[in-house]
Amino acid sequence: MLVEGKAWKLGKNINTDVIISARYLNTFDLTELGKHCLEDLNEEFIKKVKPGDIIVAEENFGCGSSREHAALAIKGAGISCVIAKSFARIFFRNAINVGLPILESSEAVDYISNGDKIKIDLSNGKIINLTNKKSFQAQPFPDFIKEIINQGGLIKCLKNKFKAQEGEKCIE
Amino acid sequence: MGLTITEKILASHAGTDKVKPGQIINVKVDLVLANDITAPGAIKEFQKIGIKKVFNSEKIVIVPDHFTPNKDIASAIQSKILRDFAWEQNLKYYYEVGRMGIEHVLLPEEGLVLPGDLVIGADSHTCTYGALGAFSTGVGSTDLAAAMATGEIWLKVPSSLLFIYKGKLAPWVTGKDIILYTIGKIGVDGANYKAMEFTGPAMSEISMDSRFTICNMAIEAGAKNGIIQFDQVTKGFVEPRAKRIFSLYQSDKDAEYEEVFEINLSQIEPQVALPHLPSNVRGISELPEIPIDQVVIGSCTNGRLEDLRIAALILKENKVHPKVRLIIIPATQGVYLQSLKEGLIETFIKAGAAVSTPTCGPCLGGHMGILGPGEKAVATTNRNFIGRMGHKTSEVYLAGSAIAAASAITGKISSPEEIIKSSDLPTQRITSS
Repeated sequence: MLVEGKAWKLGKNINTDVIISARYLNTFDLTELGKHCLEDLNEEFIKKVKPGDIIVAEENFGCGSSREHAALAIKGAGISCVIAKSFARIFFRNAINVGLPILESSEAVDYISNGDKIKIDLSNGKIINLTNKKSFQAQPFPDFIKEIINQGGLIKCLKNKFKAQEGEKCIE
Repeated sequence: MGLTITEKILASHAGTDKVKPGQIINVKVDLVLANDITAPGAIKEFQKIGIKKVFNSEKIVIVPDHFTPNKDIASAIQSKILRDFAWEQNLKYYYEVGRMGIEHVLLPEEGLVLPGDLVIGADSHTCTYGALGAFSTGVGSTDLAAAMATGEIWLKVPSSLLFIYKGKLAPWVTGKDIILYTIGKIGVDGANYKAMEFTGPAMSEISMDSRFTICNMAIEAGAKNGIIQFDQVTKGFVEPRAKRIFSLYQSDKDAEYEEVFEINLSQIEPQVALPHLPSNVRGISELPEIPIDQVVIGSCTNGRLEDLRIAALILKENKVHPKVRLIIIPATQGVYLQSLKEGLIETFIKAGAAVSTPTCGPCLGGHMGILGPGEKAVATTNRNFIGRMGHKTSEVYLAGSAIAAASAITGKISSPEEIIKSSDLPTQRITSS
């Protein structure tokens, strides 16, 4: 799958509180959460972000709380992919689980500037900076995680598993 | 090569003898936890799986503690989802308002988490239970839904960092100062994906309440879990509470650590983390004069009895500064009741503090003490990110309850020495019983 959009360059340690403030955690509505994504960090972001745009951040993206709302808010804002030098571990799991594409590549982050046009092939992790014509290869996911992504997420994976086991005591 | 305590607990729950860092394993969980922020999402995902019952109605704990007592209509709707689910699933451990407490203080107090357990919770501070010699880690709502359905979760085995604490604790220094100092050394991603194992000769002097605080903030260094091996201090806490048998694990002498840090605690004074990262740490004596508007004493980090006893010692026969709001939130009904019995609550109210029923409330900017533009707070909580406790221009300074209580009196960030000379204190440290 190909995605294309403008880069929003962010710094390091972008935490879940600035991705979506706790004052909006009384809902799981994707659109509603999306309206407030990153608002305490950059008011312009939500006014100017376009569907398909890409967040490009330094180390430890998504640190802090376990709120899945953070990954949902980014999705709700129309972001097609987050590229970072590294992700905090709970955010990493949440992104995979809610189907928000994320890629790790230090090189790509170093050679992408704010506003650059970026094209990504999500199927193989190839990142192209259309503005400076450089291309990068993101770190591949472990096979185990690829399998979750390929099956359409953790819940779909489980649904398939339980269906296959029908008749066992966990099914009523 | 031997194994660390973290590797041993993971291996036993994966049904194997040995695991190694980086390996992805499927483990059985002993307890699954969610709160009013994360449970509604988990329940929604659980319902998509296509099964009717959770894997075990005695191994799922739900505690409405963040936006409760319901702060607004939207929160009331979210809380109703978990309340209905808890009754429908006949969950043994659902704690309603009035009987609840902040989850990470409540569960150990109730004896629900024991040494050797493997616990996952949809709350990042689930790592708190490592203080009991358990493996516990935070996940999001979807992972929690999967665990509620299957009683299992996939985990990547973390490598371990070993922190050896030595030396005698200086006056007023508690778990909060120790962990802030440690995070200041390694940074907010210094332990990303890793286990933080805390040990050393100073451990015997570190109380159970302080140990919970230390493990609680392991996530602020990015850690998957924090852990302390079972000893006499743990035994004193666990034995009166345990209602089932538990397993003890110890790191092997030849266990492998990615890095070892030795920290001499006698060199550490009370610490403060300045805005806007928990790693932005200074000793109290290094700070300029910083006037404040609010003080919060509470949370899963520092709302325990030890914290309230220290606060009361400093606040006794003193008054909160006229320009300061002091908000004190005992973390559980049990802590609240004991504080009442010991006269701590009377001391707080006479000093001019607001005392609240247990809630996470202001820690995450939910309710019960939101900061306005430009306001500054000293809080015994765990995060000081931009906008964490309210307006995006407000500032949170993290500290232990000694600095928090002293600052409430003086109206600026202050050392407890400004109120009471430690040389006048009895030699015995204030700890939890």
